[in-house]
Amino acid sequence: MIANRPPESRDSISRRSFLRGSTAAAAGVAAMAAGLAPLRKLGEAISVDEFLQQHYKELKPEDMDKVLRRIEGEVERQYGVRPHVRDYKPMNGVEYVYALNLTRCVGCRKCVHACVAENNQSRDPAIQYIQVIKMPNGTFDMEKGDAHYAPESVPEKGFFYMPVQCHQCKNPPCTKVCPVKATWTEPDGITVIDYNWCIGCRYCEAACPYFARRFNFSEPTIPKDQINPEMSYLGNQPRHKGVMEKCHFCIQRTRVGRYPACLEVCPTGSRKFGNILDPNSEVAHILREKRVFVLKEEVGTLPRFFYYFDV
Amino acid sequence: MITAARNYTRFLARCFRCLFEGDWRYFLWVGLLTAVCSLGLNAYSKQIVHGLATTGMTDQVSWGVYIANFTFLVGVAAAAVMLVIPVYVYHNEDLHDLVIFGELLAVAAILMCLAFVTVDLGRPERFWHLIPFVGKFNFPGSMLSWDVIVLNGYLALNVYICGYLLYCRYRNVKPSKWFYIPFVFVGIGWAISIHTVTAFLYVGLGGRPFWNSAIVGPRFIASAFTAGPAIIIIALQIIRRFSSYEVRDKALMTLRSIVQVSMLINLFLLANEVFKEFYTDSLHVASAKYLFFGLHGHNALVPWIWTAISLNCIAMTLLAMPLTKRSLLWLDVACVMAIVGIWIEKGMGLVVPGFIPSPLGEIVEYLPTWNETLVCLGIWAFGLLAYTFFLRMSVPILNGRLNQTNEPGGESQQSGAKNAT
Repeated sequence: MIANRPPESRDSISRRSFLRGSTAAAAGVAAMAAGLAPLRKLGEAISVDEFLQQHYKELKPEDMDKVLRRIEGEVERQYGVRPHVRDYKPMNGVEYVYALNLTRCVGCRKCVHACVAENNQSRDPAIQYIQVIKMPNGTFDMEKGDAHYAPESVPEKGFFYMPVQCHQCKNPPCTKVCPVKATWTEPDGITVIDYNWCIGCRYCEAACPYFARRFNFSEPTIPKDQINPEMSYLGNQPRHKGVMEKCHFCIQRTRVGRYPACLEVCPTGSRKFGNILDPNSEVAHILREKRVFVLKEEVGTLPRFFYYFDV
Repeated sequence: MITAARNYTRFLARCFRCLFEGDWRYFLWVGLLTAVCSLGLNAYSKQIVHGLATTGMTDQVSWGVYIANFTFLVGVAAAAVMLVIPVYVYHNEDLHDLVIFGELLAVAAILMCLAFVTVDLGRPERFWHLIPFVGKFNFPGSMLSWDVIVLNGYLALNVYICGYLLYCRYRNVKPSKWFYIPFVFVGIGWAISIHTVTAFLYVGLGGRPFWNSAIVGPRFIASAFTAGPAIIIIALQIIRRFSSYEVRDKALMTLRSIVQVSMLINLFLLANEVFKEFYTDSLHVASAKYLFFGLHGHNALVPWIWTAISLNCIAMTLLAMPLTKRSLLWLDVACVMAIVGIWIEKGMGLVVPGFIPSPLGEIVEYLPTWNETLVCLGIWAFGLLAYTFFLRMSVPILNGRLNQTNEPGGESQQSGAKNAT
């Protein structure tokens, strides 16, 4: 009922057509292969160790040691500088908090550049963790602000300056949305990123209400003589293209008891940093005594980054 | 067991062989799609070498056409249920045999979805971090991990149902209800879930007021059930034109009523959204203002969204008129308008304004680059190629030209005859 024609003849027709089809298929495969040609320009291939590297929290101390040595080797090959890459752990009984004095900040952006130098951020394309927004007096509507101001000198009359960086939230939307747990909050309150685990989906960037996260759209470039060789795994180790990064309260400094680079460089003393669990700390005093507020409180992120006024 | 495996392998081999047979029109079409695929692959290779800087995306607008197309296509995949529900819930006989074409379309659409999210990754080689139990899966916390599960699950369900039904038809045996009806019903719920979860991807972000709205989910479903069946209407006509498979007009008319009602609901929900945004007129209206009227002189999306709304409104008017019932040509016009309208509205029209202005009030506009566009075209060509191949294999099985009784070699001919009796 199906084959009206004798099966042999039908088969021979289909065989001829099949041969023609196979030739066409071969041409198609060749075209696809030709399409892949740009991959030849792919630089250093990803090593097997790097490809199979486990998540930060799964690495045993000896694994971590191997990883750190491997990264040191990679950095040396790429930048000609032998770095110290370490994995600093959070201290017990410490929860970091940042407080920023809006009365004093003059918008000089020294913090922005100190941060870039300290944390080995890409110079081209320029990646900066801190964005200072020039706001006209009388409003907190961010849309009225200007992040790209460039007058002869600052501060300008009629404006105040509002530096924004990662707020290290207690209820961070960014870590919640990450599909692979490549970003999480550490016990000392710092939200970190495992750059070697991030898949680069940028969901955290979409989730962040503070525009704190930065993505490496291309391979970062840093002049060799500007590399900061004191590196930490979760902090300022040089990143590669395709992963997310952001402010981590200078983990390589703060976890050994130093201040973040942005604070040290600030000429006006607008930036205060410390352990909120210590009632005698400067930040504890500020939070108790000053008029403090957090940005976008209504989104419920509970930032560890506070703004305050002196008067 | 071994015989079963051998029979099945032979079935697969014969299906595969179908792909290499056809007239010049078939080869021209496949050749064209392959060429576009290769161009897309070429563009993607460049993106791998240079990074996502080859796209128009920025830190401010960190998702673009990739995710826009992904969102649209999840809807197309989900819409296969609009064929399944009438058949299995309401026992509509006109659509019965066509369900499989809808499900194959869903398979092709999901493949495209997976391709679109893959090209959007900065580190595609780390995809294994997303595999449950192998990588580190943030379930149930991240909506994206839900999406991984529902999309792959939906793909598996549809591949299984189509594969099972086609293989039964091939062997000329009646499909055992227990082997597929439960899956069909799971599939109905699952289809709704893939699009709901994709909506929740956006809805869950408190820092993006444009997306953080409960109506996004229902809007997704309504627009999906408009664009999806509209695509199926066009696809079915192409199938009946270029193959010997018979598709009756009555089936197309059933789909027409689905598109008609869904489009009405879709536009109603849009009106709700527009009212809420503009009547309230809070600071959160900024993104909607950018989309519909432009913001502070930036208005890249304005012509697009008004094109989309006009297309949708005209399509709705056409669908409401008896004209589209009498004339298939007008029905096709309405369908194409609805497809394009919804592609703009819930693709770029949803994804991009969510990022503008940025959370710190900055306005950075987004325009896809040529390379990015080529990658998209490549994936669309890949999806069409996949669907073409699926049809190439399934149509001969469905109309009985390809079955076990006419296998070359006598042995199986006997067993096939046995099965038939």
